[in-house]
Amino acid sequence: MLCISYNFIHYVKPSLELPGLFSVVRMRIASSADSSSNNSRSQMIMADSGSSDEVAVICNTDITSTESENNLINTMVERGTALLKKMEISVAEADKRTGKNTVNMQETYTVYLIETRPAESVSEEGTPAAPDTLWRRYSEFELLRTYLLVTYPYIIVPPLPEKRAEFVWHKLSADNLDPDFVERRRVGLENFLLRLASHPVLSNDNIFFLFLTEEKGWREAVLETGFQDKADSRLKSLSAMFRVKNPDKRFTALKHYSEDLSTVISQLLRIRARVADRLYGVYKVHANYGRVFSEWSAIEKEMGDGLQSAGHHMDTYAASIDDILEEEEHYADQLKEYLFYTEAVRSVCRKHELIQYELEMAAQDLSYKKQQKEELETGTVRIFSLKGMTSKLFGQETQEQRESKVAALEQSIQEGEDALKEKNAESQEFVEKAWNDIERFNEQKEKDLREALISYAIMQISMCKKGIQVWSNAKECFNKM
Amino acid sequence: MPNSPDSMVNQFRLDEENEEEQQGAINKDIFVTVDNPESHISAIETFITYRVVTRTTCSEFDSSEYEVRRRYQDFLWLKSRLEENYPTLIIHPLPEKFVMKSMVERFNDDFIETRRKALHRFLNRIADHPILSCSHHFKVFLTEETTQELAPHRKLGPGFLSRMSETMRAMANSVRGLRSKLEEFAVMQAYVDDFSNKMCSVDKVTNRIIKEHREYMDELKQYGPTYFQWAESEELLAEPLKGVGSCVERCSKETEEQIQHLSEVLVPTLHEYVLCADTLKAVMRRRDNIQAEFEAKNEALASRTTDKEMLDFSNLCSAYGAQAVATATGGLNDKERESKKELKFENVVDQLQEEVDDLADRVEQANNALRGDWSRWRTSMRADLKSAFISTAAKNVDYYEKCLAVWESFLLSQRGESMEQRNGADAS
Repeated sequence: MLCISYNFIHYVKPSLELPGLFSVVRMRIASSADSSSNNSRSQMIMADSGSSDEVAVICNTDITSTESENNLINTMVERGTALLKKMEISVAEADKRTGKNTVNMQETYTVYLIETRPAESVSEEGTPAAPDTLWRRYSEFELLRTYLLVTYPYIIVPPLPEKRAEFVWHKLSADNLDPDFVERRRVGLENFLLRLASHPVLSNDNIFFLFLTEEKGWREAVLETGFQDKADSRLKSLSAMFRVKNPDKRFTALKHYSEDLSTVISQLLRIRARVADRLYGVYKVHANYGRVFSEWSAIEKEMGDGLQSAGHHMDTYAASIDDILEEEEHYADQLKEYLFYTEAVRSVCRKHELIQYELEMAAQDLSYKKQQKEELETGTVRIFSLKGMTSKLFGQETQEQRESKVAALEQSIQEGEDALKEKNAESQEFVEKAWNDIERFNEQKEKDLREALISYAIMQISMCKKGIQVWSNAKECFNKM
Repeated sequence: MPNSPDSMVNQFRLDEENEEEQQGAINKDIFVTVDNPESHISAIETFITYRVVTRTTCSEFDSSEYEVRRRYQDFLWLKSRLEENYPTLIIHPLPEKFVMKSMVERFNDDFIETRRKALHRFLNRIADHPILSCSHHFKVFLTEETTQELAPHRKLGPGFLSRMSETMRAMANSVRGLRSKLEEFAVMQAYVDDFSNKMCSVDKVTNRIIKEHREYMDELKQYGPTYFQWAESEELLAEPLKGVGSCVERCSKETEEQIQHLSEVLVPTLHEYVLCADTLKAVMRRRDNIQAEFEAKNEALASRTTDKEMLDFSNLCSAYGAQAVATATGGLNDKERESKKELKFENVVDQLQEEVDDLADRVEQANNALRGDWSRWRTSMRADLKSAFISTAAKNVDYYEKCLAVWESFLLSQRGESMEQRNGADAS
């Protein structure tokens, strides 16, 4: 049974109470196997260097994490979005369902409980009001995201947690129904929703709102928007990518960066998984010491006690790796999120290339038509055309014919110029909006990843402290041998 | 570990052990070092010799300083001489002969160094031993300058014949079964068997740990550089990424040191005690053999004695008969014949009795020697293993402390960064 508890810690400069004030919070979602555990994980709040409004940095790093099931989500939440002003969102639970799928076969799937609650709602007794809830499965999240991708092609849409477990080290199961995987996915889905809810543009989308509030009929509502028709075909995108002549240099650079980032994060995740595997081996072998020392102590007199208790510490040492590596999974998940983000970034770049290509095509088209008109008017044939050839061979057209052609061309040219203007405007708008979001994304990325690195350091520190304790204890026991 | 005999003298004067005094107030007066391995190349073979330096105040020695060069074979010679002369004393094991199947080259530096240290320990344990240090062979080993003089000693080798007879005796033993093994030695035997198992297990586990550590370190070596690679495509993130990368690299170095410590401290000690367990088994076998020999002779004596008694009785009977016959026939030759037979028997029995007494003494000596050495060995085993484990645990604590410091300083630098940002924004 998972339930949420979270702490909002925000520090606001007393003199500023303007709307649109940013306060940066960290939401901590704890799964409480024992709800009485007073877990104090690091509650670090980072300064928002992007805004001129000040937020304090509060750091508490006494992390000796004894808890094993705490999930820490680093989410930058800008309280300024209207949606978050209205509601608190969480993905509280996961459950299994069976049902008939599209080919009428029985299947088991997991559903997730989405809880929403009016923000800062407190009933008379002082306890928070009961939340509204609905159930969603992973494929519905996918549908939501696809809709958003198509509808807001200039936005870097937050990624979903992975569909199948990848970068797995041996102990972790790659099974989709494995409870640990489901749990990590639950956390990932919640993170996804919070990212959407805190996005200045996406948070205002109605379909998203319905996703959170309308269980039935949501699917139909999405399909009714007809978003599938707006989707660009893959082929169109690909051909644009190869044929475009003058894309904005910033987008090209961004595309290369996201490719590099994707490569390096994949590599990092792969190696990290292997390192985790090896470290697991090192720790677990020490359990053999525990066993042998225990057996050995039985045949010794003076040495017996020391050996036996040292053996217990070896067992403790061997067991401690499980928690350590479980925590590291969260670090891996944070990296994975940005790995998947690179795909969204590339998607925006592709859209730019497509629009730019269409712009170039429109311009090219227009200039071709203008040339044709010029040729017709002056009678020169600069462009080889069948008409030109046949007229050469079979004689000129009449004056009337020519004039009607010119008129048609002029009409076409006018349409072309309008189209070009439109395309230009579209392109400029796209570039502006996209670049806005890209800057927002870059800031977010830098803060999140820096924080991830810091939390990784904190995990390492915690692991070292545990190691010091165990081996100091063992040394004491050996002393008594 | 002190390297020169001089420093060892000083160290000894500083910490005198009570146990030494209890064992008969032995003043350690022989200090030995083994060092300076050198290749000796001849037409026939190539081998390594080690320099053995001795400083002593013992009056048995003509001089107070000796320096000789010895090869592994010479150590083997010394060991087997000692085993022959003191069959039930526990002699510290020698490092093993070169084994083809192990991956180590015979003239590999690490192998030579490991062996040198073990040889050093071997000689020092003998020098520490109240009885063994007085051995004539030990003296010869330490003092004979020219290897020529050791050569005739060398040729004797462990003694094919003696090894043969030991095996035969052991076989006879197992067939006959020891009559009455004293309770204490039965207990000792059981302990030795268990101890041997445990030492092998601990040794195996330790080697496994080293293997896993090595594999871990290999992965770490790729992990660090990946952070640096990432840092190349970042701007603001470059600095923390490089920070993490260098932390990982530092920790990887510390892991390397940790592995080295294990290999140099714990592994050799455990290995020696695995060999010790085999030595103990051999000692117990030899003790059993000595007892078996005594029992065999004793049995022989017993059966001869009953024979003699029966002969006496029958003589007595026949004496009466003979006398009756003699008085009847007057045959003195029979009587002479009889007494000659009696005399022969008595001689045989007396001789047997002497031998049995000798053997009984021998058993007594062997048992006492073993008893004395047993408690001595137990003490040093406990001290050796305890210190090796403590050292290992301390090194592990040290490893984690160093890694902790590395990560904490990274964290501090990041905090510093964000503090700067705050101050910067404050100013703006």
